[in-house]
Amino acid sequence: MNDPLADVSPSPEATGPLLEVRNIHVSFTGRIGLGAGLIGKKATVARAVDGVSLELQKGEVLALAGESGCGKTTTARAVMGLERPNEGQILYEGEPIWNDLRAYRRKVQMVFQDPTGALNPRETVYESVAEGLRIHRVAGDERTQVAEALSSAGLRPPERFFLNYPHELSGGQRQRVVIAGALVLEPHMIVADEPVSNLDASVRGEILALLMELRRRLGLTILIVTHDLGLAWMVADRVAVMYLGRVVEIGPAEDVLIHPKHPYTKALLDVVPEIGGAGRPILTGEPPDPTRIPRGCRFHPRCPIVASGRAQKLGILGRCTDQDLALEEAARDHHVACYLTELGEEP
Amino acid sequence: MSLLSVKDLHVTYRTQAGAVPAVRGVGIELSRGEVLGLAGESGCGKSTIAGAILRLLPKGTDVTGQVMLDNQNVLELKPGRLRAVRWTEASIVFQGAMHALNPVQRIGDQIAEPIVLHGQAGEREALVRAGSLLEQVGLPARRLKDYPHELSGGQRQRVMIAMALACNPRLIIADEPTTALDVMVQAQVLRLLKELQRELGLAMIFITHDLSVLVETCDRLAVMYAGRVIEEGPADVVFRQPAHPYTRALSAAFPEIGDARFRMRPSGLPGDPPYPADLPTGCTFHPRCPQVFAPCSHVDPPLFDVSPERRAACLLFDGAPATVNAAGGTVAKEDQPPAEEQR
Repeated sequence: MNDPLADVSPSPEATGPLLEVRNIHVSFTGRIGLGAGLIGKKATVARAVDGVSLELQKGEVLALAGESGCGKTTTARAVMGLERPNEGQILYEGEPIWNDLRAYRRKVQMVFQDPTGALNPRETVYESVAEGLRIHRVAGDERTQVAEALSSAGLRPPERFFLNYPHELSGGQRQRVVIAGALVLEPHMIVADEPVSNLDASVRGEILALLMELRRRLGLTILIVTHDLGLAWMVADRVAVMYLGRVVEIGPAEDVLIHPKHPYTKALLDVVPEIGGAGRPILTGEPPDPTRIPRGCRFHPRCPIVASGRAQKLGILGRCTDQDLALEEAARDHHVACYLTELGEEP
Repeated sequence: MSLLSVKDLHVTYRTQAGAVPAVRGVGIELSRGEVLGLAGESGCGKSTIAGAILRLLPKGTDVTGQVMLDNQNVLELKPGRLRAVRWTEASIVFQGAMHALNPVQRIGDQIAEPIVLHGQAGEREALVRAGSLLEQVGLPARRLKDYPHELSGGQRQRVMIAMALACNPRLIIADEPTTALDVMVQAQVLRLLKELQRELGLAMIFITHDLSVLVETCDRLAVMYAGRVIEEGPADVVFRQPAHPYTRALSAAFPEIGDARFRMRPSGLPGDPPYPADLPTGCTFHPRCPQVFAPCSHVDPPLFDVSPERRAACLLFDGAPATVNAAGGTVAKEDQPPAEEQR
């Protein structure tokens, strides 16, 4: 067995981040009827992403984690250029991605959650994979390129799959075709949105191992969106935890997942099922609603530190409920948006 | 005495493409108040077993074997008696609460319906009971008047649980009750089920593909592959020290955070679960097994005791009952793998 840890650390000599997300905001406006509009009713606005900043170094794997509705998928879509932020910038190698979106999309490819939905059921595997080459008018022998991509994605021998239709393949194979479709353009970066959550448990590991192998072999940078912190533990160098449109904690996976400093991260980790975990606290209430973001720290209505009275004892309650806050460095490379941090307290 | 005793259950679906054997000889014993987890991937037959226990499978499906629920064989019950068994003896919480509720009926009426149908109470009284059931699952009784679309996913799943409890059954089968829910809500629903189970002394069969969910909820675990149980034992032992190579792979798919063995090392199995109509010869797991050796391709091992309390169906373990292979011979001893592989 080769040691995957040996050669995966992101190269330190890299000059700047490969991708930089600077304080982006994405909001969606609900529809209202004409009558309601005439009587002056305002459409509700969901602030799905409400000020997110991220940096990805070349060759790094960053996991973006959180509950549904926290804005992690919208952030990923904005990074792909599929949503245009109302505010903020996304820079790739220092250039705004909007300057030449076409060239950018060749270098950055997306892998979606549902491989069945991502593939055209009436196109063969060959057609699906070759589509990207044709759109970007890539020179060279198409057949060879498709075969190489399929074989890189673990579909070997590739020729055997050329004429298959998606319904003839298993879920894991379909996801490999989707990954091959991304690889065929020789991207520098992959954005993967829940790439294994629709797959069977025994197949998941293989797809994740494939992503890891591609990172090692091709030096790919990967942004992986997931609700599963166990998955982040298996693949990510760094983890960013989102809550209601903001990153509330970001840092090296070992730090964030083993010594969480934000009460929300801790709560998320507490609900990962494990033996003898029956007595742990579980946050009450539903996933929060991005059309109604609370004042102060956006987590305070569900925060166990507030609920238990500890925030009051520590004298931060007033700020928790009233004063919005940004990420602060809590330890080396480990940033947290919580008033506990400045007091040196753990959640 | 066991509440539920399933013996040698076989279920074969009749499809246009031919017979599909979904369950191939499964035995389950469940005592009162015990929680059994049934784990496996899609197509392994776990939901079919749930359907077979309450005879909810499509017409024309071949079901053989024995399902003794409280000393009556469910498979032989007359329709009238069967109706009485459903809901009052055993009930099911289905996966996907979104589709299991009637969208145009108030949830109060939906919960009260089985109570009235089973003659346990009049309509007025049934509604009162529906209200207290809602409170039992953590929703205020005034939500009785709500329609399903007014509830969130987690709340709908709570309503499904309230319905399952409506006629005071002794057995609840929960088929992927939390799969479609968000992590935090999933934890809430799991805790609720566990609390109700303890309070009411319910027996439960908990079906899911997520082994880590089961380990926290169940007393015993049965892992299924291709229509059979391939390992069975106390939940924490099966999860912590899996015997069967398949169970080992499944438990590695849900690693514990902080476990250095899995850091940056996702692992899985090559290939895919087999299609039930086209099973490999011998041990059905052998084409994907990392520890496959010669006899696996032609000997199909039965479930046998590999240690006290634990059974597995794998030739890696000494003491496999003399297994007759396709050619009529038994496993030759020289085909056994080296001893250190047995753990």
